[in-house]
Amino acid sequence: MAAETVTPARPGQPGASGGPPAGHVASVRVPARSLRSELRAIRVVWKRELIRFGRDRLRILTSLVQPFLFLFVLGTGISTLAAASTHGVNFKTFIYPGVLCMAVMFTAMFSAASIVWDREFGFLREMMVAPVRRSSIVLGKVAGGATVAALQGLIVIAIAGLVEIPYELGLILELFALSLLLAFAITSFGVMFAARINQMQSFMALMQMVIMPMFFLSGAMFSVANLPPWLAVLNRLDPLTYAVEPMRRAVFAHLNVNPLAAKALNPGITWWGWHVPTAVQVAVIALLGLAMLFIAIAEFSRAE
Amino acid sequence: MLRPVDAPTQEAPRLDAFASANGAVPAPAISVEGLVKRYGEVEAVRGIDFAVQAGETFGFLGPNGAGKSTTINMLCTLVQPSGGSAHVAGHDVVRERDDVRRNIGLVFQETTLDGYLTAEQNLSLHAELYGMPRATVAERLRQVMEMVGLWERRSSLVMTFSGGMKRRLEIARGLLHSPRVLFLDEPTVGLDPQTRSSIWSYIEELKRDEDITIFLTTHHMDEAEYCDRIAIMDRGTIVALDTPQALKASVAVDRVQIQTEDNEAAIAALRERFGIEATVAEGAVTFGVPAGAEFVPRLFDEWDPAHPAIRSVNVSRPSLDDVFMSYTGTTIRDAEESGQSDMHRNMARMMSR
Repeated sequence: MAAETVTPARPGQPGASGGPPAGHVASVRVPARSLRSELRAIRVVWKRELIRFGRDRLRILTSLVQPFLFLFVLGTGISTLAAASTHGVNFKTFIYPGVLCMAVMFTAMFSAASIVWDREFGFLREMMVAPVRRSSIVLGKVAGGATVAALQGLIVIAIAGLVEIPYELGLILELFALSLLLAFAITSFGVMFAARINQMQSFMALMQMVIMPMFFLSGAMFSVANLPPWLAVLNRLDPLTYAVEPMRRAVFAHLNVNPLAAKALNPGITWWGWHVPTAVQVAVIALLGLAMLFIAIAEFSRAE
Repeated sequence: MLRPVDAPTQEAPRLDAFASANGAVPAPAISVEGLVKRYGEVEAVRGIDFAVQAGETFGFLGPNGAGKSTTINMLCTLVQPSGGSAHVAGHDVVRERDDVRRNIGLVFQETTLDGYLTAEQNLSLHAELYGMPRATVAERLRQVMEMVGLWERRSSLVMTFSGGMKRRLEIARGLLHSPRVLFLDEPTVGLDPQTRSSIWSYIEELKRDEDITIFLTTHHMDEAEYCDRIAIMDRGTIVALDTPQALKASVAVDRVQIQTEDNEAAIAALRERFGIEATVAEGAVTFGVPAGAEFVPRLFDEWDPAHPAIRSVNVSRPSLDDVFMSYTGTTIRDAEESGQSDMHRNMARMMSR
């Protein structure tokens, strides 16, 4: 039986003895650290994020407000102005990938922010004293945050039909995969900062300072062709550019638009005149995400 | 039925059984040698030594900022010692951090529960984090929750719990993985007297039912009485360590308090006639004499009518308050109120978190 009353292994002191626990009590023994126990820790930290997300119906609802405002208020308003230059393409369709990215980004940052809450409410300590690697805690947290943000993205993907984007399985899968990748990178980014920041207000301020410029520079609301040089440079430096562009490319691949519109609205990213392939763009996001994940793990492992 | 993954560690219990069959002396549950913790310039713990035997309830008594929490944090591997060494359940707290963690349960001063999860979810999360064998979790979880009287509330969100219920749940969680040493950092802080005594009855029950060593900190004198042995800590050092009875016996005087019309004159009279140095404490002339009960008749026999009239007399056996006073020269309450250095220590601790 696994429930035997046994004392734990103490390799350092073979002669020492505390004696086995006596009595009727169902004693358990915490086994030594193994890959399996690390995986269980990762899984349970991940699961906790999902439980909390599922319980917070209000958050799911309120986080839809912003995408709706951008798509249907701003989108509708500007589409009358932009009609001449979109060559018949609905402006709402054009900004949809950017709005999807933004929804994913905000949810991912909120998930990462929960580490700051956990610290304030003490729960972080419960995780930090567990006999598992800090990296497992961080991995679980990032996986959980990324999953939650990607699910939020899925809700936005569900309304794609309202902006004339066809529901095709291939496109949905592609958008979801890109959302997941972006969610992973942004959660890692947030967790990396959360390791250092003790106050929710500071974290929120930082979030505003980082997310809004990233969103505006990314080309979510405009075409990246023919930009003035300063904006073109900033646009290429913005990591979010490399998430918006593949999504837009995927959407346009499933639309019937004239070549002129495609050229104007979906010109693709260039580095010094070289058309950056989608694979490279995806790699940029993935590598940045991994780098930030490693920094986050290092930060948490160092903290006492 | 052995699980294959557990196989390598399954050998160890037999070794243990062998050792105890040979009548080996049980290793102490906690042993500490020359433990030091510095926060910058401030020395929060200044080289302490002690050992706690398996099965003992050991209390750390001292005012806030005496270094109790810092010590407990070092023992449970949350804070790195600046010097010295400590072993918990036979493992070095620095070099064998994980082994220590597997063998200890922790209940902190502040709550560390997730209010958005149910009581049961909090506990099963803990079981997963600690890698408890799956087959044992359900039974053990029910057992610890019944012990603290929260089984009926297992499906409630923890945020709906009162302070006392949360603390009870934390104790249950600290016990879930059958730790060999349970650390309780101020287990009753911030609780009303009724809840406090119920927490203590759980701890008493725990001592009866589980083969466990309990290490706790407190700054309530009356709570220290529950411990098998206590260490009095003041300004980062241990000033006394013994059973509560022995500590009280070591203060070889009883406390006599007299209410008089003129305290100053009474103190002078005591000095002249009896050679006793008295002070004013809690509004009464207070002094210590061996065998206080026999002293009182003598006091009245020899008390000059010219001296200020005595309105009342109170003789008490030494309490832990007196013990604390005799070792540190101050009452625990005064020690907490004074002390800029203590504040600095707390700040240093907060900043290092």
